[in-house]
Amino acid sequence: MYKYDLYDQAMVDARVAEFRDQARRRLEGKLTEDQFKPLRLMNGLYLQLHAYMLRVAIPYGTLDSRQLEMLADIAERYDRGYGHFTTRQNIQYNWIRLEDAADILADLAKVEMHAIQTSGNCIRNISSDHFAGAAADEVVDPRPYAELMRQWSSFHPEFTYLPRKFKIAVIASDKDRAAMRLHDIGVRIVKRANDSGGEVGAQFYAGGGMGRTPMIAPLIRDFVPIEHFITYAEACLRVYNRYGRRDNKYKARIKILVHELGAAEYTRQVEEEFAHLLSVGVEPPREELARIAAHFADPAFIDGPKTVDRSDPDFALWVDRNTHRHKHDAYVSAVISLKPAGGIPGDATAEQMRVVARLAKQYSFDELRVMHTQNLLLPHVRIADLHAVWSALDAAGLAAPNMDTIEDIIACPGLDYCSLANARSIPLAQRISERFAETGRTEVVGELKLKISGCINACGHHHAGHIGILGVDKKGVENYQLSLGGSEAEDVSLAKITGPGFDEDGVIAAVEKVTDVYLASRAEGERFLDTYRRIGMEPFKEALYG
Amino acid sequence: MKILTGNDLRSGAVVWWNGSGWSLFVDDAVDVGEDAAEILAREEAARRVNVPYAIEASIDADGHVRPAHIKDRVRALGPTVRRDLAVPTADKTGWDWVI
Amino acid sequence: MAEDIGTSPDEVQFRFREDEIVDHGTVTVDACCDQTNATAVRIEPGDDARLLLPFLDRLALVEINFPAFNDGRGYSAARILREAGYTGELRAVGDVGVDQLSHMRRCGFDSFAPDKRLDEEDAARAFATWANVYQRAADARRTIADKRHEA
Ligand code: HEM
Ligand code: SF4
Repeated sequence: MYKYDLYDQAMVDARVAEFRDQARRRLEGKLTEDQFKPLRLMNGLYLQLHAYMLRVAIPYGTLDSRQLEMLADIAERYDRGYGHFTTRQNIQYNWIRLEDAADILADLAKVEMHAIQTSGNCIRNISSDHFAGAAADEVVDPRPYAELMRQWSSFHPEFTYLPRKFKIAVIASDKDRAAMRLHDIGVRIVKRANDSGGEVGAQFYAGGGMGRTPMIAPLIRDFVPIEHFITYAEACLRVYNRYGRRDNKYKARIKILVHELGAAEYTRQVEEEFAHLLSVGVEPPREELARIAAHFADPAFIDGPKTVDRSDPDFALWVDRNTHRHKHDAYVSAVISLKPAGGIPGDATAEQMRVVARLAKQYSFDELRVMHTQNLLLPHVRIADLHAVWSALDAAGLAAPNMDTIEDIIACPGLDYCSLANARSIPLAQRISERFAETGRTEVVGELKLKISGCINACGHHHAGHIGILGVDKKGVENYQLSLGGSEAEDVSLAKITGPGFDEDGVIAAVEKVTDVYLASRAEGERFLDTYRRIGMEPFKEALYG
Repeated sequence: MKILTGNDLRSGAVVWWNGSGWSLFVDDAVDVGEDAAEILAREEAARRVNVPYAIEASIDADGHVRPAHIKDRVRALGPTVRRDLAVPTADKTGWDWVI
Repeated sequence: MAEDIGTSPDEVQFRFREDEIVDHGTVTVDACCDQTNATAVRIEPGDDARLLLPFLDRLALVEINFPAFNDGRGYSAARILREAGYTGELRAVGDVGVDQLSHMRRCGFDSFAPDKRLDEEDAARAFATWANVYQRAADARRTIADKRHEA
């Protein structure tokens, strides 16, 4: 895992001091809210329904036990004993006082963490594959490239007042577990054959996003040699900073620029800027990537049993559902579900965080991940230790065996916390997961990704749900639109709306109905999404409105 | 009636204008009639409240103040999914009218 | 002669140059391209700074206007001019606040004429925010990565 050196630490400390000064000037009246807002946002501090909300960055979703313990301490000391893990691999605290914010940032800095650029019209926290460094199918570990980008994008002098927020994801396998093509820039690290066994480079996708006009990012460059990685990113950003729309905030994301110019023309401009920047020389020295990569060397895996004792059916089910193939065959990655049936997706108490931190220390080389599905992950668990890990998780209410099932719902905070919301998201997630758990249908239905957003901003990825639910305001009453057929994975697609919306009870019944249609129509081995793609929208519409 | 709400600058807590200051309890909110804009400007300039705004509300038979919009009703009580964290209020029927 | 649209020397609050301050007419980018003798020009957010590249030799002052601090196009304009070798005065004017100073400096601005005068102490602290920097930019500072790997 990456460790700060004195320079990194000094940068974060400087930011804490700068923010302390800004908060002081706000409280003394030297800054108006209009002036202070962009500054607090650049430090992840929002004003939400009930209080200030602090979003803490978890760069590419990786953290260690000491860091998770600090997140637990912060939840207890400054908040109300819990935090909310988000689809961008961050954590949010909902009950923060402005007066405490600088102290919290100082506490975070003690464990090499920060809230820098988790909001505002700047380059946000870089996200990545949660199985990075562990997955059997990755070309390389994508995190060194993400860390290189983190440093490049932190306090970037030119790109702090972009037209709009800018989100980057970096992956390194054919499988996409980071919704890469739904980001402003998506990067896939690839290898191409050469004489010395493979040259590493980066594929660039640009102009993806969700929100009110969801778009899938087109490929703009098939291979950027890795020694020009940052230069190419800089060129992409500069073209966007200069020509992205600033007249209308709903058209300001890069996806609109790429769409309006056309991918070919945007690419042409990027290539021109790239050629220019190559002559200027903005790339970090080559040794820097090697230095960073050394931090991500494999831990010392040891051989061991490759199978588990399946005599306990609850354990066996959890192993089948919640573990993922590891590059070392005596290990697996173990998903810790934050989706107990009837629970709030992504919420974890301080106590739960401490349990997970302890398990990471004991069983996973002190490493943890936050998944974009709002779950936690122990990346490197020996198969021999799996039963012990499961027992401890079970005792803490963290062993729901439901990864990628209909209980594994992504839900944004919605109207329970968010000032932009039209409708609540969390109660729907609670009721749907409870219902499917009770009727035992979760297992029957298998993989089904349900995603809920409380408004058109799409923080809950509803456009990319096999089933998506969007909260809308119907004359002051909560109403929900259902959509089908989205995917955030390598088979990326955008969901289509089924028809008129439903009230809360109605949309829950509708979810059951569409799963009925699937169960009645599915061919051998088909997931919900496959069946939908084969039979189309009509049969579902018929069942819902017919 | 028209009432005023915002968030406390320092703590971020949801607050309601009670005629002379800002209260944590929606039931303390008073009708400001035509004076909304003037009070808002003065209070924000004095940094006693952050991004305050005026909303429509009514008073029920038991004297409880009920904001018209669902968003402000959620603000008045707290997240509906964490009732253990609700703003302490005398209004025991509060959750019945939030949604 | 086009109308002078620029700031005057006494509006400049911070300046990091030794040379004499320019005190004559500033014209628009269009006017500058049409006119052979203009030596001072003002760039608005929508202007393409690259149009000025043929004329850099004769320019002694480029003002970049920030009508709103959160419109960041001027940062790219500034770097583009410096990358093309412009060495004259580069002045940030308009809605320039304390919290923009350090980044502006890195993008090559060496003169600042904010609409509202800034608190001197707050500004001094802002200019000194970053003892070290991550990215290469127009100020030619050695980056953290450079320092990590110097022989
Ligand atoms: C509660 C405070 C939040 C606010 C005010 C907020 C605000 C927004 C806004 C305005 C957008 C739309 C941006 C655009 O289309 O230009 C957006 C998009 C998004 N947000 Fe949030 N959000 C919040 C919480 C969250 C949470 C909790 C998550 C993760 C669960 C999240 C993840 C995302 C993602 C993934 C997108 C869509 C992807 C994109 O197009 O950028 N946000 N958010
Ligand atoms: S989707 Fe809307 S309601 Fe949900 S968190 Fe985002 S902005 Fe808030």
